[in-house]
Parts: sequence; structure tokens; C-alpha cells
Amino acid sequence: MLIYALQRIGLAMLICVVAMTVLFSIAYVIPGDPASITLGPRATPEMREALRERMGLDQPLPIQLVNFFGNVLTGDLGVDVWSKRPVTTIVFDALPYTLALAAAGLGWAILLGIPLGCYSAIRRNTLIDKLTGVISVGAISVPSFVVAIYGILIFAVGLRWLPALGAGAEGDLLDQLWHLILPAFAIGLGWVGYLARLVRASMLEVMSENHVRTARAFGLPERMIVFRYALRIAVLPTVTLLGIAYGGLLSNAVFVEFVFNRPGIGQLAVAAVNTRNYPVMMGATLTTVFLFAICTMIADLIVALLDPRVRASL
Amino acid sequence: MSVPASDPIASAALPAGTAAPRGAGVFRQIARDPMGLLGLTLATLLVVTGLFADWLAPYDPIGIDVRNRFADPSWAHPLGTDNLGRDLLSRVIAGSQIALIVAFCTTFLAMIGGLVLGLIAGYGPRWLDNTLLLLFDSIYSFPYIMLALAVITLFGSSFFIVILVIAVTTLPAYARLVRTSTLGIKNSEFVLAERSLGARAPRILFRHIMPNILGPLLIIVSMDIPVVITVEAGLSFLGLGVPPPAPSWGRILNEGYSFIRQSYWIVIAGGLPLILATLGFTFLGESLRDIFDPKLRKRG
Amino acid sequence: MAAVHPVIAPEARADAVLDVRDLSIDFATPRGPVHALREVNLTVPRGSVVGVVGESGSGKTTLISAAMRLLPDNAELRGGAVLFEGEDVLRMSPQALRNLRGQRISMVFQDPMTALNPVLSIGQQMVDIQYRDRGLGRAAKKRKAAELLRRVGIPDPMQRLGNYPHEFSGGMRQRIAIAMALLGNPELLIADEPTTALDVTMEAQIIHLLRELQQDYQSSILFISHNLGLIAELCDYVVILYAGTVVEQGTVRDVFHRPQHPYTEALLVCDPALLQDVTRELPTIPGDVPDLVNLPRGCIFAERCPRVFERCRAEDPATRWVSAGHAARCHLASPLERS
Repeated sequence: MLIYALQRIGLAMLICVVAMTVLFSIAYVIPGDPASITLGPRATPEMREALRERMGLDQPLPIQLVNFFGNVLTGDLGVDVWSKRPVTTIVFDALPYTLALAAAGLGWAILLGIPLGCYSAIRRNTLIDKLTGVISVGAISVPSFVVAIYGILIFAVGLRWLPALGAGAEGDLLDQLWHLILPAFAIGLGWVGYLARLVRASMLEVMSENHVRTARAFGLPERMIVFRYALRIAVLPTVTLLGIAYGGLLSNAVFVEFVFNRPGIGQLAVAAVNTRNYPVMMGATLTTVFLFAICTMIADLIVALLDPRVRASL
Repeated sequence: MSVPASDPIASAALPAGTAAPRGAGVFRQIARDPMGLLGLTLATLLVVTGLFADWLAPYDPIGIDVRNRFADPSWAHPLGTDNLGRDLLSRVIAGSQIALIVAFCTTFLAMIGGLVLGLIAGYGPRWLDNTLLLLFDSIYSFPYIMLALAVITLFGSSFFIVILVIAVTTLPAYARLVRTSTLGIKNSEFVLAERSLGARAPRILFRHIMPNILGPLLIIVSMDIPVVITVEAGLSFLGLGVPPPAPSWGRILNEGYSFIRQSYWIVIAGGLPLILATLGFTFLGESLRDIFDPKLRKRG
Repeated sequence: MAAVHPVIAPEARADAVLDVRDLSIDFATPRGPVHALREVNLTVPRGSVVGVVGESGSGKTTLISAAMRLLPDNAELRGGAVLFEGEDVLRMSPQALRNLRGQRISMVFQDPMTALNPVLSIGQQMVDIQYRDRGLGRAAKKRKAAELLRRVGIPDPMQRLGNYPHEFSGGMRQRIAIAMALLGNPELLIADEPTTALDVTMEAQIIHLLRELQQDYQSSILFISHNLGLIAELCDYVVILYAGTVVEQGTVRDVFHRPQHPYTEALLVCDPALLQDVTRELPTIPGDVPDLVNLPRGCIFAERCPRVFERCRAEDPATRWVSAGHAARCHLASPLERS
């Protein structure tokens, strides 16, 4: 298990390195350098030169690459072009909001989606199963920002039950939770459908496997068969997928943060694009990639913990 | 080093060649499934609207009429007007054209790219395969929207950039699917036999591998159409997609969202076609998949 | 139709552990109902080993699934009963059924690689099977499990309880499966081709083990196989199943030495080395198994029978007694001389 964990950490680091290289090449190798982009067409050549120097763009490419990696490794993501604050600080200020949003969204999706899928699989072809199927597809295909906007329209503008904008007053946990409800709903809705379908499919597969028939032949209670013998295997692909699909979740977070005007990585990135604040954009993107590497790693480790076969294959 | 984790799409690859229904039979089979029928209807509606948008729109979709700002729905303006007095129905109709163009250009581009890269990875030498896999995985590891934002920061936004960015982010999934099936077919007995008879790579690729891959690939691609429509609308909603004044649904939403307290009709008009289009194409795609390739169903 | 019940022996029937009577089961399919079992009669006398032989598709699996009511959803009972100790398994309450399974009837499945849960340790699985024993603590249950593992020949049983199925070889897993089946001290053990997935040496060991256990525990065994050699080695009685009907049954001695049905004959004739050697495959008989959706008129074996005559195509033969405890479903079977 330890060796596996170390291997998995190594792989996560490799993904980070490759992703950083890809980002670096997009930014520095393709014509049109970040300095001129940041400053826009109206900048004077002197301004451009000064910024190029400050960003280290006047040095040869390999040195730039080494500097880039070195800086990132030491936690230096550069400096915000406009506010002059360190990007690392900005990113770390925004990160908790995004993590809370993602956790809340995914949390309710898991709590609802997995039991729903499980129920659908056990009561296959009943009305509830069919209804769940259709609603799941609907929930998956409706874009999260439309859900967010309609949610605001109904619950904030129309009914005035929930707040529309912001993340709540700082230090007031209750208020912050209050402000989290609608965004978490919007970000998680698609996932409820997604998880329900996935769990249903893998549950049906597992329930038809030979070892479940064995469990039945030994007269084990249906509850034990479903929860201990089948669901434990059926959630494995779901866990793996949750790790991979984190990218989709974060993309949704970008929209949802934008709609609700919540602080967060996504909000940061959108603002950075609009102000052509290149270092902030870079920092936000890199952070999401690191998060991805960590999430897939955690997912794989959980799978290994749940599935002795994975542990054994290493 | 290979794949970090099992890829749901790639592992769905299978040696196709199952007898598939053709022509009118497909429509009959779709129509038998109520969801499929609904999907087909909505998708057809969208395609027809998109094709004849210029004739169907009652007003100029970008024509400003300041005296008629924030008009509620009426006979003259069935969906009302926006903050500049533009007729929302006309904008929605024109928006369907944008959604369609982006959807088809993007999926086509991504499909060609995925096919070529996947075939190279699957059929080419081992090192190339590994390099490409690593590249696919690292693209996969970016939340697509972040990659899109990074590229748009650098190059600004245009119709072409939007299409390119979405194509690049969807491409790895296709390439992986193609790669997996290519590997499977490459080592199947009939191809090995053919190779032992001296057949060259192009013959094997075009005679044996392509026909077997195209089916599942087309299904996956068609199921991505609603995703692509969503991404384009999303980027436009962030104000970073197809530049104004083009009336993308996302842009209608973006503009309407600023005035949500004054006139909720604008966001409803912008969101509804998006919901209908994604639902329609999703139901249609699922129905098609079930008909042509029930085995793909297991995944997600 | 079959007015005479083909019983192994009337006196045996009275003390049968399992008594399948006129069992008919259909499977609903898009093509129409598949008549998978038709008026199957079979008896497992107490303390004996009964073998069921048949090709794939002959209804073996349906038969044993019915015996434990593990039939798939599309199965439909057309008639008959499965009496276990006089009680009809097919009409039991779910509660009674659960108390039956694993306690009084146990099953050993065909493929030991997939029959055990892959993510639970075998100790956990063996403890779970004893869930009914509320009086027994977890440690005691483990001891009992280890005891049985030792009995079936697993070394270091207490330590190995913590292992997962994939950490055992195929033969070991089948031994574990047998140990699990014995946990409830069942009156009837159903073994569904328990050695098909194993190599020949393993097969011999498992058969030997089954024989031994049967004597120790005094339980009855219903042994399914398409391997005539194994049946000859292990069983007291044999039932020949063809396309969903019992075509012949009797003691192993009677059936193998004086086969009365042309199908049985064909099985035996195709394999002269049968009684000495272990066969892996059924010998080939020309022709195909009939379509179980559109059953042919007359005898089910007529199409492939080397001794077919007019009557066979017109009339389905009744089951006839050949000698005490030996019956065949063929027009040519020489009836028992009445005294």
C-alpha cells in the first residue's frame, strides 16, 4: 500500500510537470508574448520592455523554463500586474471559497445521487427508476450557469428566500452557509444525475455477478447483499470518476462563482482574463491543475483502500 | 508510465461491427422511445431554426429600438425585448444558428483531430503512443474552462478561437477512444493474418481499423454536441465567447442577468433554448447509442 | 402426459431429501417463451450422491436454480414442485426460503474465480454466512470457519481468514467455497460443475474431498456435470438431461452398463475410455439441439437419433420402467417385466 501510495504521488507530480510545461509552451513559445498582451495595444515600447524584463521574458527560453519551474516550486507564482500583490497570496485567499463550494456541491450530489442510483438498480424498471433515469439525463444536460441563474430568479428574486450574491459576511459561518445553498445546488445538480446513473449502471453490473448469486444462495439478508457485498464494489468506478471529473466540477465552479459573484479561483480567473492579468491567470490555472493531480490521487488511493485487488496488483 | 486512471470513454471502446439498423429503420426505432422522439423533435426544430434563421426571425436580431426597452412579451414581441429594445425571439432564433455552427465545426474538428492522433497513437511506435497519451492526459487534467480562459487571455476572443479551444479540450477523449479500439483491432486475428500476407499499414488502417472505429466514435461525438453547445454558451455568458453583437444564447443570458431584477424575461429567453437544445441532443444521442451500440451504455 | 413418475425407487422417494416433481419452467424472451424445463422428475435420496448430466443448454443450471429458487426474473413456473424435505421450495415464504439457503441446502458454484466476493476477506464472508447464529460471537464464528477450512485442506486456516479470494489459487478457492457450503451443516449440497474451471489434478482432489466429506457429514449431494467420468466416480445415481427433459435415470451402474435411451448410448459409445478416464468434453453427436421455443412434435431426440422410426416423430414417448429404479423416455426402452 505504501509503495502504491508513493507511486501514485510520483504520477501526480509527473502530471503537474507535464501540465506546467504545456502551460509554459502556450504562454511563451507561441508568438505574442505575455507582456504585450497584458499591456494591450496602447502600451509604449518602453513600458513593454520594462515589463518584459520584470517578468524575465528577455532571457533565453530554457532559462525561462527553469526559472518558471523554480519559482513555482518555491511557491512563487509571480506578482499581480495591477495590484502588485503576490499571486500566491491572491490564489490562497480565493482557494477556500472554491473548495467549500466544490465540497458542498459534490457533497449533496453524493448524498443524493448514490442512494438514488442504488435504489434505481434494486427497483429496476419501476416507475421511480424510469423517472430517475429521465430526470438524471435532464439534470446532467442542463448547464450549471442556467441552473444558477434560474435558481436566483426563483429563490432570490422571486421568492426572496435565499440571498443572491456574495459569499456571506466574513467570520459569520451561518451567513456563509446561507449563501452557499444556492451555489451548491447549482453546481451539484448535474452531479446528482451523473452519479445516480453511474451507480445504477455499475450496481446492475455487480448485482448480476456470480459472487452476488453466491451470497443469495447462502441466504444472506438482502440488505447485507446490497450494502456490503454489492455497493462496495459498485462505488469503485464512481470514486475513480469523481477524481477525474473534478475538472468538470471546477469548470462549473467558474460559472457559478461568476453568477453569484462569489470570491474563488474561478471568479479570479474570469477577472484576470478581462483585465489581461496574465500572472494571476497563470497562477489560477496552475492551482487548478495541482488540485486535479491531488484529487485523482486521493481517488485512486481510496479505491486502493476499498479494493484489495488493486492493492495486490502492485 | 501509462494512464493515471481508468478512462470511462476510452474503456468503452469495443470492436464494433454489430449489425446496425440503417436508414428509415433508425427513425422508426428512435420514434419508438418517447425520450428519443422528444430528442429528435427538439433537435430537428433547432436545426431547422438554425438553417432558416434569417427568414424566421421577425426582427433584426441586432437592431436597437430604445423606445421599446424591457418590453414584456406581447404579440409584437413574443419573448419581449432586452435592455436595448432588441427583439428577444429574433435573437434566440439567430442564436440557434451560432450554437449550431459552433457545435458542428467543433465536433468535426475534434473528431478529425482525435481520429488522426488516436490512429497514430494506436498504430504508431510505442514511444509515440506514450508521449501522446501523456499529452492527452495533461490536457484532460486542465478543467476545460481554465484552459479556454488561459488561451483567450493570450489570443483574445474570436469565433475561431472559441471553436479551436473547445475542439482541443474535447479532442483527447476521442483520441483515447480511437487509440484503444485501434490497439484492439491491430492485434486481432484477422488483422494479424492480413499483415502476415503483406498488407501495408494504410490498407489495414483504412480497410479494417477505420470502419470499426467510426461507429462508436460517431456516437460519442454526437453525444458531445450538447456539451459543446453548453461550453460555447458558457464562454459567451462569461463575456469571453463569440464577440458581440452576435446574439449567442450565452450572451443573451449575460446581458439579461445584469437586468434580472428589472426584467426576468431576458434570462428566461436566453436560458430556455439552451435547455431545450441540450436536452434534445442528449436524448437523441442516448437513443442513438442504445440503438447502435448498447454496450456503450454501461459507461456513465 | 407422463403418467408414471420416474422414481429412482418408490421406497427411496419416501425418504428423499429433494424431490423434483413434474417441474416445467419457461423463460420469457423476445422470440417467445423458451421451454427450458419440461416435466422434470428427479429424486435425491437421503445420504446419496445424484449426478445430473447434460450438455450446455440442457437445463442443468435452470434445474439447480429452481432447487434454490435462484431463478432469473424472466423465468416462469409452468407447473410442478420442488419438494425439499416435503416442503415446496417454489412456494415458500421469503423468510422460510432464506432460512433454507445456506443452512439446509448449500451450493458450490462452477467458477471459483468469480463465485466469491472479491473485496471482502474470506473470513468476513464466512462470518457473514453464520449471521443467523446470534448466540455465537465473532471470534467463535471465526474459529468455526477456520475449523472448516482446515477440514477442506487449507493450511494455516486461522491466518488465512484475513486473506482475499484473489490471494488463493483456483483449487484453494473451490475448497474454500466447499467449506462455506458446509458451514451450515446442510442436508443437501448442490455442486454445479465444481471442477470445470480447474485442471485435472485439482479436479481429482476436489472430487476426492467431496466423496470424503459426503461420508463424514452424511449429507446428500446433487452433482451437476457434463463429465461422465466424474459422475461414474462420485455418484450413486445419475440423471441424463437432454434439451430440458430427463431422458434416462437410474443407478450409475444400470445407466452406464445398460443404457436404454439412444442419447445416453451415444454419450457412452462416443467415448470408449469413459469409465477409466476423465473426459473434459462431451463427445459429439451429429445434429443440433432442438429449438426450445418451437418444440418439435414427438420425441425431443428424434432429429438426432440413430434409431428413429415413424412413431418417434408423431408421439412423445412416455417414461418407461426398465428395471427397478431405472427409467428411460424412449419408445424402444424395454419395459419392466411385470410379475
